Amino acid sequence: MSMPSAATGTLPGGRTLFPYVAHGLTGGALEVALRLARAEQGTLVPVLLLQVPLQLPLDAPLPRSAGMAVALQETIEERAAGFKVPVESRIERGRTLSQALELMLAHEQCDRVVLAAASGEEPGFAPADVAWLLAHATAEIIVLRPARRG
Amino acid sequence: MDAGNHRVFLGMAAGVGKTFRMLQEGHHEAQAGRDVAIGYLEPHDRPETAALAVGLETIPRRQVEYREHRVAELDLDAILRRAPELCLIDELAHTNAPGGEHAKRYEDVADVLAAGIDVFSTVNVQHLESLGDQIAEWTGIRVRETLPDAVLADADEVILVDIAPEELIERLRAGKVYRGAAIQAALDNFFRVQNLSALREIALRQVAENVEARREPGVASALVPGLRGRDRLLDTLLPEAIGQRLLALVKPQPDAQRIIRRAWRFAQRRGAELDLLWVSNNEPTDDQAPQLEAIRRLASVLGAHLLIEPGDDVAAVAARVARERGTTYILLGAPQPEKLVRRLLRPSLVAQLLALAPGIDLCVVADRRRPAETAAEEDSP
Repeated sequence: MSMPSAATGTLPGGRTLFPYVAHGLTGGALEVALRLARAEQGTLVPVLLLQVPLQLPLDAPLPRSAGMAVALQETIEERAAGFKVPVESRIERGRTLSQALELMLAHEQCDRVVLAAASGEEPGFAPADVAWLLAHATAEIIVLRPARRG
Repeated sequence: MDAGNHRVFLGMAAGVGKTFRMLQEGHHEAQAGRDVAIGYLEPHDRPETAALAVGLETIPRRQVEYREHRVAELDLDAILRRAPELCLIDELAHTNAPGGEHAKRYEDVADVLAAGIDVFSTVNVQHLESLGDQIAEWTGIRVRETLPDAVLADADEVILVDIAPEELIERLRAGKVYRGAAIQAALDNFFRVQNLSALREIALRQVAENVEARREPGVASALVPGLRGRDRLLDTLLPEAIGQRLLALVKPQPDAQRIIRRAWRFAQRRGAELDLLWVSNNEPTDDQAPQLEAIRRLASVLGAHLLIEPGDDVAAVAARVARERGTTYILLGAPQPEKLVRRLLRPSLVAQLLALAPGIDLCVVADRRRPAETAAEEDSP
């Protein structure tokens, strides 16, 4: 594997954004994102999207969410280490998931976005959020949808 | 004239017994021969509280017409005219009805103290201004009546009135806090064990920080003008372990996220505030800018403070910042391996910090990459 640049750790294979929400992260989707990043010799950028309640300022500290966010990021980085994929964890927040996705695209350069769509009882992004991303992101979009159980 | 002495009875929520405790201590003072009067009491229809007020003089309240209702407010002029040695004033965060001297009761209390009258007062922790966002996130409730933190910091004494959340809920169910339909409404909303436990933790921490502020001579003189003998005694007797502050040294590069998360966990376990410090003389490069922005966003969620200080000498700047902010721990990532000659010429950052920041613990965060992988990279040119 070629070495990352000293400053950013970004590999020549590019950056794969993997947006997820706390209760919508599945091991299967993460594994697909990691395999794609490894195949491209790139960096995985898992982005935890947090919805901030209206009664709080958008940039307020979120002590309760913080514990969950830290645990999720550490879990993802451990899995990524097993795949030998470099990771740059991120947190993005918004009043809605669409706003958080919008800010994610504004803040992060990327070559592709991998996201898991909700399907049946499987957690993931709602069709409206997927449609929003397809309409607004200029990067390659890969939507994962688990097969329906028969 | 010396300002009066201010003792605040702090609780996690209504019903813990703040007013009751304030009245008890008012009686003790009166029995000791002091001139004690009640400036304002909020009995909340609690017979035990009302009974305890008997035997203490009550200064008549001021009647105010507000939105077609008569409201009884604290009468500041009457208190200043009566000028007791000690005045008991309930509900420090209360907002006065329009027409009085001040908009808020704590401003009335400031005038009473300025007149040389000692004050006992009460407040719940959720009213503290700086805790508004935190409490809204924990409990889902935005508190409207707030109190500047400086009021509590400036108090001569803060006494925590504490009971277990389960016991408070029992008191609520027994009708000792609210009456009628208000009981179920309170149980359904604010008075849940989870909420009360969070508020209790915040109240405990608040009192610990208040005590620690007095213990630090520099901070104490800034927060509590005119320290008294008891505070100076406190300064020498209190243990070192109260109120901790962590300083994590970061650079805008990918592994900063890991160091920050480790620092945050470390700070959480110790109930410490977390500062993040990047020392640099230059503007962030194109590579560093997005990493710095990512650090900012993570710090914001975690409630950490990101500091960017100019300087060439990281150890000297870190030691200065640590002194200024009352840091008790400095945390940094494992240093990059260096060639032997360079190591001999210049001591490591850890060694420099040990020399420049005596009395501050250092914690080095290990690199979790596999040893074989790390070793292979170290061998590469």
